[in-house]
Amino acid sequence: MTASSLFGQFMGGLTAAMFLFLIASGLSLIFGVLRVLNFAHGSFYMLGAYMAWQVVRWVTATMPGHFWLAALGAALGVAILGGVIERLLFRYLYGREELYQLLFTYALVLILGDAAKYTWGTEQLSVSRPSILNGSFEVFGTIVPDYNLFIIVIGPLIALGVWTMLTRTGLGRMVRAAALDREMLDALGANVGWLYTGMFMLSAALAGLAGALVTPIQGIVPGMDVEIIVQAFIVVVIGGLGSFWGTFWGSMLYGQVLSFGILIFPGFSLFSVFALMAVILILRPWGLFGRPIR
Amino acid sequence: MRSLASRIPWTLIVFLIALWVPFFGSRYETFIATQILIYALFAMSLNLLLGVTGLVSFGHVAYFGIGSYVCGILMKTLGVPFFIAFPAAGLGAGLFALVFGYFCVRLTKIYFAMLTLAFSQIVWAICFKWNDVTGGDQGLPDVPFPDIGWMSSLPGFGHFRIGEEFYFLVLILVMLCVAVLHRLERSPFGRVLTTIRENPERAAFIGVNVRAYELAAFTAAGVFAGFSGALFGIFNRGVFADYVFWSKSADVMIMTILGGMNHFWGPAIGAAVLTILNQQITSYTEYWPFVLGTILVLLLFVFPGGIMGALDAGWSRLRYGRGDA
Repeated sequence: MTASSLFGQFMGGLTAAMFLFLIASGLSLIFGVLRVLNFAHGSFYMLGAYMAWQVVRWVTATMPGHFWLAALGAALGVAILGGVIERLLFRYLYGREELYQLLFTYALVLILGDAAKYTWGTEQLSVSRPSILNGSFEVFGTIVPDYNLFIIVIGPLIALGVWTMLTRTGLGRMVRAAALDREMLDALGANVGWLYTGMFMLSAALAGLAGALVTPIQGIVPGMDVEIIVQAFIVVVIGGLGSFWGTFWGSMLYGQVLSFGILIFPGFSLFSVFALMAVILILRPWGLFGRPIR
Repeated sequence: MRSLASRIPWTLIVFLIALWVPFFGSRYETFIATQILIYALFAMSLNLLLGVTGLVSFGHVAYFGIGSYVCGILMKTLGVPFFIAFPAAGLGAGLFALVFGYFCVRLTKIYFAMLTLAFSQIVWAICFKWNDVTGGDQGLPDVPFPDIGWMSSLPGFGHFRIGEEFYFLVLILVMLCVAVLHRLERSPFGRVLTTIRENPERAAFIGVNVRAYELAAFTAAGVFAGFSGALFGIFNRGVFADYVFWSKSADVMIMTILGGMNHFWGPAIGAAVLTILNQQITSYTEYWPFVLGTILVLLLFVFPGGIMGALDAGWSRLRYGRGDA
């Protein structure tokens, strides 16, 4: 085990972590404000990937900046879809038992999964990475593609953006108030219904963006929705349900455990992350950064 | 109505009717009926948690899978006869449920659901990767049928093949389990579980050790899920890691809700309806998940009480001329 291969492992973990963070941050936001664990978040991610592919199809891959257009289109498209779902169906489930909420979002997983299969087929699709980020460079004897570096940078940037929105703006204050006491905020005259819709759309947009950004690295296949959602759950649970920075550090931890888990128990790296989740739930059910809710 | 209906020995009646399926039904119908019985037991075991105790377990499939693997490994790899492998499957699943449950019942609500999910995914990851024992992603194909060839020497059973003979075995075992579950839910133990569902704090105030009761329910549910998993592995001629994947937990939950989790027979009815619907719909479209998702949305918004809940409401409207029962 040389220092350079350790560093490579670390960079791999970091890239995975930042991807997961993009996905899990939306999940965590929804849980923090709406108190709903959204299984369909993985479906939004998958739809984002498909929509990105679709946009590239439309504008053709030779057009400069097609990738950025695709990412933007995917985020917007999924946000609109999320908004429609929230307005038409989801809002009627607030305050119902968890069981019904979980099952409703699971129903969405089934429906959206098949809708994607129907629209885009079952063959693996892919999008090429933007030409600006085609290169790679070497650090400590490890080759790091530019694209991975881009992901590593964009993760914290988005985290910072959302965090600023939540803590430094009037809108963010309302969001935090809604998380604490929805009825009181409602009584104070805020339009909580649209606030929830907005949060849902923001969360969906983050998932859609993550889906679009993953396309140059991973093929787009049916089933990527259920695969990712469990990982996102793990991250959110580790960090603390509803805790924004918890999700950030949760994904960092997850990425490294996954990455180094492969070295320690080859073939059982999946086991190590689930075990991590179980241990944290047993010792600190509210996660590393969360607060106990009673 | 309740008192009359509860005095009818439904378990016996269902058993006596189901006994005739291989005589009058086709081989295919018997096959479907076997599947329904196995899923019914699985869903009823989940309902001991979901409907009776009010625990939302999102990882119940773990115990189904463990039962499957224990029975499959014992029968295929080690050549142990079914009458030992079957109880061992229940025992193995129950032991895991006891250990996992010990940690799970200390949490509530969404945290409980998440930890059960985490444990089931741990089991899945192990089954998926531990090639030497579980066969990894290849699974364990060709789990043998139990030695039930002697059935064909019974009068009237001569023309049956192994599939039908297995149906009789499944029917007897499932009905025995259902009878035990019924006793359990109607016993003082079951009443305490219902009290916990209604109000865990009050239950604690009147001196009930809530966690201990929840753990007991969790373990019992695990045992019965293990039994159903053992039968399923044989029925499907193999044990595969898919059986333990988390989406299966959601599927069995849908069965339970569809039938109605506030009714003892609800999950069984849900299992039957969903299995038959699946067979019918998959024969002309590959988009079964879409149909299932749509059914689920309708169920949650229009019939949250499931089929039995809707029937109950309809019945009391007929009888008392009003909607709220």
